[in-house]
Amino acid sequence: MQVKLWINNKEFSDDISPDTILLDYLRSKGFLSVKRGCNTSNCGLCTVLLEGKPILSCSTLAVRVSGLHITTIEGLEKEAEEFGGFLADEGAEQCGFCSPGFIMSVLAMKNELKNPTEDEIKKYLEGNLCRCSGYMGQLRSIKKYLDVKREA
Amino acid sequence: MNIVNKKVRKKDAMSLVTGKPVYTDDIAQDNCLIVKVLRSPHAHALIKDIDIEVAKKVPSIECILTYKDVPNSRFTTAGQTYPEFSPYDRLILDKLIRCVGDPVAIIAGWDEKSVNKSMNLIKVNYEVLEPILDFKEAKDNQIVVHPEEDFKALVDIGADNKRNICASESFKYGNIEEELKNCSHVIEQTYHTKANHQTAMETFRTYTSIDTYGRLNVVTSTQVPFHIRRILANALQIPKSKIRVIKPRIGGGFGSKQSAVSEMFPAIVTLKTGKPAKMIYSRKESLTNGSPRHESEITIRLGADENGIIKAIDMNTLWNAGAYGDHGPTTVGLAGHKAMTIYNKAKAYKFDYEVIYSNTMGAGAFRGYGATQGFFALESAVNELAAKLNIDPTILRMKNMLTQDQVENVMPTYYDEKLKSCTLDKCLIKAKEMINWDEKYPCKDIGNNKVRSVGVAVAMQGSGISYVDVGAVEVRLNDDGFYTLMIGATDMGTGCDTILAQMAADCLDCELDDIIVHGVDTDLSPYDTGSYASSTTYITGMAVVKTCEKLKTKIKAEGARLLGCTENDVEFNGKEVFSLETNKKITLKDIANMSLVGENNYLTASESHYSPTSPPPFMSGIVEIEVDKLTGKVDIIDYVAVVDCGTVINPNLARVQTEGGIVQGIGMTLYEDIVYDENGRMINDSFLQYKIPTRIDAGNIRVEFESSYEPTGPFGAKSIGEIVINTPAPAIANAVYNATKVNIRTLPITSEKIIMGMINTVG
Amino acid sequence: MFTIDKYIVVDSLKQAYELNQSKRNTIIGGMLWLKMGRKNIGTAIDLTSLNLNKIEESEESFKIGCMSTLRDIEVHNGLNSYFNGLFSKSVEHIVGVQMRNMATVGGSVYSKFGFSDILTSLLSLNCYVELYKGGTITLKEYVEMPLNNDILVSIIIMKDKRNASYSSHRISSTDLPVLTCAVSNIEKQWNIVLGARPMKAKLTQFTLNEKPNEENIKSMISNIIDSTSFGTNYRGSEKYRQILADVLIRRNIEEILHGGKYAS
Repeated sequence: MQVKLWINNKEFSDDISPDTILLDYLRSKGFLSVKRGCNTSNCGLCTVLLEGKPILSCSTLAVRVSGLHITTIEGLEKEAEEFGGFLADEGAEQCGFCSPGFIMSVLAMKNELKNPTEDEIKKYLEGNLCRCSGYMGQLRSIKKYLDVKREA
Repeated sequence: MNIVNKKVRKKDAMSLVTGKPVYTDDIAQDNCLIVKVLRSPHAHALIKDIDIEVAKKVPSIECILTYKDVPNSRFTTAGQTYPEFSPYDRLILDKLIRCVGDPVAIIAGWDEKSVNKSMNLIKVNYEVLEPILDFKEAKDNQIVVHPEEDFKALVDIGADNKRNICASESFKYGNIEEELKNCSHVIEQTYHTKANHQTAMETFRTYTSIDTYGRLNVVTSTQVPFHIRRILANALQIPKSKIRVIKPRIGGGFGSKQSAVSEMFPAIVTLKTGKPAKMIYSRKESLTNGSPRHESEITIRLGADENGIIKAIDMNTLWNAGAYGDHGPTTVGLAGHKAMTIYNKAKAYKFDYEVIYSNTMGAGAFRGYGATQGFFALESAVNELAAKLNIDPTILRMKNMLTQDQVENVMPTYYDEKLKSCTLDKCLIKAKEMINWDEKYPCKDIGNNKVRSVGVAVAMQGSGISYVDVGAVEVRLNDDGFYTLMIGATDMGTGCDTILAQMAADCLDCELDDIIVHGVDTDLSPYDTGSYASSTTYITGMAVVKTCEKLKTKIKAEGARLLGCTENDVEFNGKEVFSLETNKKITLKDIANMSLVGENNYLTASESHYSPTSPPPFMSGIVEIEVDKLTGKVDIIDYVAVVDCGTVINPNLARVQTEGGIVQGIGMTLYEDIVYDENGRMINDSFLQYKIPTRIDAGNIRVEFESSYEPTGPFGAKSIGEIVINTPAPAIANAVYNATKVNIRTLPITSEKIIMGMINTVG
Repeated sequence: MFTIDKYIVVDSLKQAYELNQSKRNTIIGGMLWLKMGRKNIGTAIDLTSLNLNKIEESEESFKIGCMSTLRDIEVHNGLNSYFNGLFSKSVEHIVGVQMRNMATVGGSVYSKFGFSDILTSLLSLNCYVELYKGGTITLKEYVEMPLNNDILVSIIIMKDKRNASYSSHRISSTDLPVLTCAVSNIEKQWNIVLGARPMKAKLTQFTLNEKPNEENIKSMISNIIDSTSFGTNYRGSEKYRQILADVLIRRNIEEILHGGKYAS
């Protein structure tokens, strides 16, 4: 089935099987930041942005996003580095396997919520699991990052 | 110390946070065979026949392997030093099925759809046997999990496979019965901990290929690359020289990857076909056939006098090996030897254990490695003793536990090792201050049927396995004066590449960026037992220190030679070698560049380290919870942890280790529980059902350090990785008791158990 | 693993309905549950071009298109201010924002899952479903009907100045619920819904005095619990669910009586 979509603002046209999962399609195109952590839409590792909104690429058909824009962390290198620096300064990236999906959610949250409280941050990011960090270091880094962004 | 004890970023941090392709599946070549395993739906069965003829005909299928195609020599998948303490009780594919999900056939093809299709076409004729699912009933049962004649244990671990005994032992010190008799108070209770999963975010996965030299190359998500080389050599019956194991970045381990879980399957496919192959475990496979924590049942007799002085501890321990014995005989030992040691003043100890086979998933290593189970039991019993004596449980501990005053004391339950460093008393005092214990203990009703309470536990672990673990390190001086640090220890996100580089930079008086670290490759890296048993900072760290000292001596000697002085005449300050007598000097850059030319000496050093002791880190954990008295719901409000891990090498990484371990412990305490149906099928085999804590469940966690100085460790350091999971279960159980007067002795502590307990208490 | 032979983005409900009459074909909602199964789908029917992802508010009602996501109803100001945050409360524990950006209201209601938070809260309201063939019927009728090949087009919630409250009990914050409970009240009429029993949500209606006393409430709750069946699964026993039902119903009633927007 013919699809045309934009990944990180670059156009991709392809003939793909209708049951191709977006996650697998993205990886096949070299966007290897996108990770699968479960098969039941529960972990958030595969989070990408669809027209700016965070979605689970493991549970999305590639044909369904035909005509639409997908953003992965490869497309937000500057923002990822900026927030990632805060995360790294807490040592909270740890194994890093959940980092791309988590960071995509953080960046989406920054756009969607204005001056979120600690509770709002936790709620927005609840769908991003991390088994290494215990989440506290992630929270410290988010607060520091948002403080800097607010001042800027 | 310029760099040690500093919060430096991990060396790989920026590539991880920008999503660079650094993990096994990212670097596997596109064009490789997809390997999957057909798994048994039965917990106990004999394969009568397998028909693969139709399945083989699916286009793109390269090979299908059954028990007829694999070597018939048993091995263990436990990643341990040879000779392993785990019995050789498996084959890659066996005719006898011992648990649901045991592998029946290996299918390899060029695309996933075809492999799935082919798998569905394999016809297996099973003779279904009755399983033994309850490990408490399994000993001497007529159902035998390992009836095979070629079952073997390389070491005397007290195994008797015909009786379903994987291992057994009895430890005694003093006269336990006599001491108990004289105690005014004895707590006798049974505690039951469940199997739970490590759930590293990256599931088990391995990529294999044949290299230019005809050798099997294995890129795998593992904590133990050198052990994997041996395990594969055993499993495949090929020489170790034919195998190269590479560890890329790995997405978490927590002990799960201290066993070979996925490695054998693509390896045998590549060996048989000569073609590259990869196997990526699904989350479900990782949950149904991973390497979870051993379920345990520990009966304690804890005796004390009327002043609360602990006189006697008896721990009778039953351990569920599941279908295979990986890490069973070793994890169980920590339940007693780590837990009892913290109360080192008792007059008598007894610790008996049996590790029992059953037709459930084979267990493995999980952070804490058996100590976690032991501490839940013993710390709970100590809290029950405090309640019985009507003494504040923190005060009871101060009277009995290891403290600064006991440094230099011998620990009879800890292999007669001498305590060299301990600030556990300071840890407990500080934790009490942080949470405001004296005001909050035991609980406060906050209205609306909610009550807030506090609970406490202390714990210890080891630092490496004494006399067993080995870490070797090589440091090379390169042109312009930067160094290559070659290690065999495996960074699994913990940051050991960085921590070891921090130590090297301090030893060599250079910047962290002057040290480059190479990930593990068994062809290139010096030998290391691997990252487990809380060994890396302590064991490999000491090897770094020794190696750097040796290299510095060589640099000085080479500098002196180039300056025309004697070795005793010069010093090295990291930048240059200079004469103490004259003003002659030569820069490291010049020495380094000259070392690569002609008659000069190439400078490299290598040392290995082992330790005759395993110095314990210590920790106090205090939790504040809120209990809903009508629903039984427990919310974590605050968790304070104060840790003595000796010198903290990297405060950020140590803090995050602690926070992460505590949250895993909270999951284990409140809901994580591997549950089987009556046929032995795991019910909660997905993240939809097997819930790990989210950031809302975790509550607030605060961590501080009360550092001691461990004289046998690098820069005074001990370990941190495992101890951090040991306090949540007993501390939360204690807080639940303080709120409700209900003692929950079987994990997980669910709302339902609390409510039912309250009803029964009142009723 | 599920498979799809053919994928059609339909341009009319009629086309969707016709395709949906074959057992092998399936309408794709958020695809979250579908993906976990092993179904071999002939034709996957995509409704995204039919503009069914809108929440329309009129004087009398809210009309929620079947392709609206759980996140849409979670953050919809009109819905949440009218029903005192009922919608955000009843979906906020469902996995995470990403998932709720995908899961559709139509998919959730159509499947009538036992553990559904959203079905529980909707059932407490004056709520209808619009079916392509079956016309507009009450949600209560729909829940009792067997699943068929009709298309659930929209959900209609009447604005009848009703107070509503929602709560659930979960073992961990994003787990499936052990029990869900929604209560609504308008004048003397009380709607009590219990879901995740673990069977599908059940509505019980009661009439009480304008200002019910403790005795009235107590007898209503025990009446409901006696007439409702609860089951045991690995998240909780029947007995524990009964205890929870008592607590959750009572807490929702108290919230309505003391904090409800239209409380007198």
